[in-house]
Amino acid sequence: MLEQIEGSKAMARTIALCRPQVICAYPITPQTHIVEGVGELVRDGTLANCEFINVESEFAALSVAIGASAAGARAYTATASQGLLFMAEAVYNAAGLGLPIVMTLGNRAIGAPINIWNDHSDAMALRESGWIQLFAETNQEAADLHIIAFRLAEELSVPTMVCVDGFILTHAMERIDIPDQKIVDAYLPPYEPVQVLDVEHPMSIGAMVGPDAFTEVRYLQYYKQQTSFRLIETLSQQFAKLFGRVAGGLLRSYHTEDAEFVVVAMGSINGTIKDVIDEMRAEDIAIGLVSLVTFRPFPIRALQEALAHARDVLVIDKALDPGMGGPLASNVAIAFRNMDDAPNLHSAICGLGGRPVTKASLSRLFRQAMVQPWEGPHFLDLNDRVIAREIHRRGKARRAGPAAENILKILERERAEKARARAEAGGA
Amino acid sequence: MSEAPRSMETVQKLKFYQKGTHTVGNRLISEAERNVQASIERSNSLTCGHRACQGCGEALGARYAIDAAMRAANNQLIAVNATGCLEVFTTPYPETSWQMPWLHSLFGNAAAVATGVAAAMRVTGKPQVRTVAQGGDGGTTDIGFGCLSGMFERNDDVLYICYDNEGYMNTGVQRSSATPPAARTATTPTLGTEPGNVFGTGKFVPKIAVAHDIPYVATASVADLHDLEAKVTRAMSFQGARYIHINVPCPLGWGASSGDTIKLARLAIETGLFPVFEAEHGRITQVRKIRKRAPVTDYLKLQKRYAHLFKGGVPDPRVARIQAMADRNIADYGLVEA
Repeated sequence: MLEQIEGSKAMARTIALCRPQVICAYPITPQTHIVEGVGELVRDGTLANCEFINVESEFAALSVAIGASAAGARAYTATASQGLLFMAEAVYNAAGLGLPIVMTLGNRAIGAPINIWNDHSDAMALRESGWIQLFAETNQEAADLHIIAFRLAEELSVPTMVCVDGFILTHAMERIDIPDQKIVDAYLPPYEPVQVLDVEHPMSIGAMVGPDAFTEVRYLQYYKQQTSFRLIETLSQQFAKLFGRVAGGLLRSYHTEDAEFVVVAMGSINGTIKDVIDEMRAEDIAIGLVSLVTFRPFPIRALQEALAHARDVLVIDKALDPGMGGPLASNVAIAFRNMDDAPNLHSAICGLGGRPVTKASLSRLFRQAMVQPWEGPHFLDLNDRVIAREIHRRGKARRAGPAAENILKILERERAEKARARAEAGGA
Repeated sequence: MSEAPRSMETVQKLKFYQKGTHTVGNRLISEAERNVQASIERSNSLTCGHRACQGCGEALGARYAIDAAMRAANNQLIAVNATGCLEVFTTPYPETSWQMPWLHSLFGNAAAVATGVAAAMRVTGKPQVRTVAQGGDGGTTDIGFGCLSGMFERNDDVLYICYDNEGYMNTGVQRSSATPPAARTATTPTLGTEPGNVFGTGKFVPKIAVAHDIPYVATASVADLHDLEAKVTRAMSFQGARYIHINVPCPLGWGASSGDTIKLARLAIETGLFPVFEAEHGRITQVRKIRKRAPVTDYLKLQKRYAHLFKGGVPDPRVARIQAMADRNIADYGLVEA
């Protein structure tokens, strides 16, 4: 049924339709509304036969989910940002044990400086943990991906993270179709674990593995992910057939057929990029977009095919590896390895810590990349003046103080100067 | 289990100890309290062939604790294990000594993982299957303490057993918050003005467990396996969060003879250094009285980790401080019959 509803609430209701049996809740912005929402559905009986457990940390949240999943229950939790890092050890553990837990990640920046707004730093920080990572473009997809995620996780016995842009999706009101329980049940069968703690058939799970077998155990994790591409596509197609709309899959191309210039991005930013592309297409500019849904496993083959005809590829990262640049750009570069006529790769870092990415900025960025591409990552809408002042200031004094606070001071001073100038101009 | 023979009065007044050993033999106690190590009815949940050191207190404690829990749960029991000696010596891949469903996740999350297992049993229609979590003192009093306290305050249906050998023995004998003052560890070397572990540090988690007002808390010792089994059985009669803290000497980490494990465990009790008690719903209900009080020097001198206290024949003033700690325990817990 179509409803005007907050993204988090839509996700909560869709997650409840997936009949999770153990839900672990710990608050962290911007994911909190999701667990609150599922909690209400457990309390009012909508989601029956479910244990809703308020835990004392994210580390405990995922640990409870690990125990529940290993004991044969469908387990779910949600987190964001610092919370994901706080549970990092358990994130790797769930993947190493092969437990099909589903977790929503309300994508948010990582401190310091502390920042509650959206970017992809959290998902990127744990991209090598062995979880499947799916990125939602819209709130409809954010809700739908959870249904696919449970099915995918359980078929593969690999934990799956649904990455949803914090605030941009989690807190936005949109028109969303919440599916019927019957259709969800038809798509998602009950959880049938491949390994389970069972008193009738006792087994040890989580034994110490030495150099003689560790590589093989790890290789199987790699093998499972590398052979899952077709399954991910199939599950998306089955979803489309049953639910009547597109969700999931590896990636989606937008006007790439004749595009020499193709943008690659993940998450909600794709909506804005499509608007810009529409405007540029109206000017007969051959530009297209590849919107990546599945980041882990990284669909190298699918990307190569999608970008085969591109001359230039601009990768948009909503995260920064300070010692390297954009993580997504680094991954796309790997896809270009050994590719005939590989396109030129350009990298841009956008929307860090919730900075709005406007159509105007993106349009300027795309046009500049077409005529005068840059070396290294380009930081969209970087305030060069403030950076220059702070670098200059730091060069003058050893005890230059904390960078974040200094930049805020500079900005404040500039604002005050502007206001004074305006007042003087007005008075004159 | 019958209540009468377990009550202190009966046990204390009868003084049924084998001569010289202070051990209560099977012959001398009630049927209900007897245990037979080789009984065919034992589940042998932690079976032979594991790789614990000779004289390992933890292996002994775990074997008795888990078998007693299995018996109480009618063999419907799942164990969650923290990283540590017990985990390592029982499950060197591809072998396992556990004849029960057993899960190891991480060092610091055993209590939380057990919460998840217990929840799964309820929602999958197997409420009769009980859950036990176990770890060493590092995994319990230090790195796992947050998860432990969380499990306690939620009153999750988990029995958590801590095998306390007073240090990180698996990594090569480092200090934990359960390491006693003056003890030598690799990170509290016998150097400087305060050799060994520092006085005035550390914590006694059973007391903190009691402060959570959970249904059942007990301390136990491998020196009294009857008492240990009785406590595990008692713990299993409750629903909700339960905690048993077992003193388990470590020949390797304590620098003691493998043959002295039981003797040391007993001396820890008889000196007053390790108070043995039970508490229900936040109140102490039972205290095991000291049978034959011993000075702390009897206990300390058997262990190389305290050897620096007895160098050169001059009594180190810190021995008196340790004696004062024991005396305080005796007074606080009422360990000696008035």
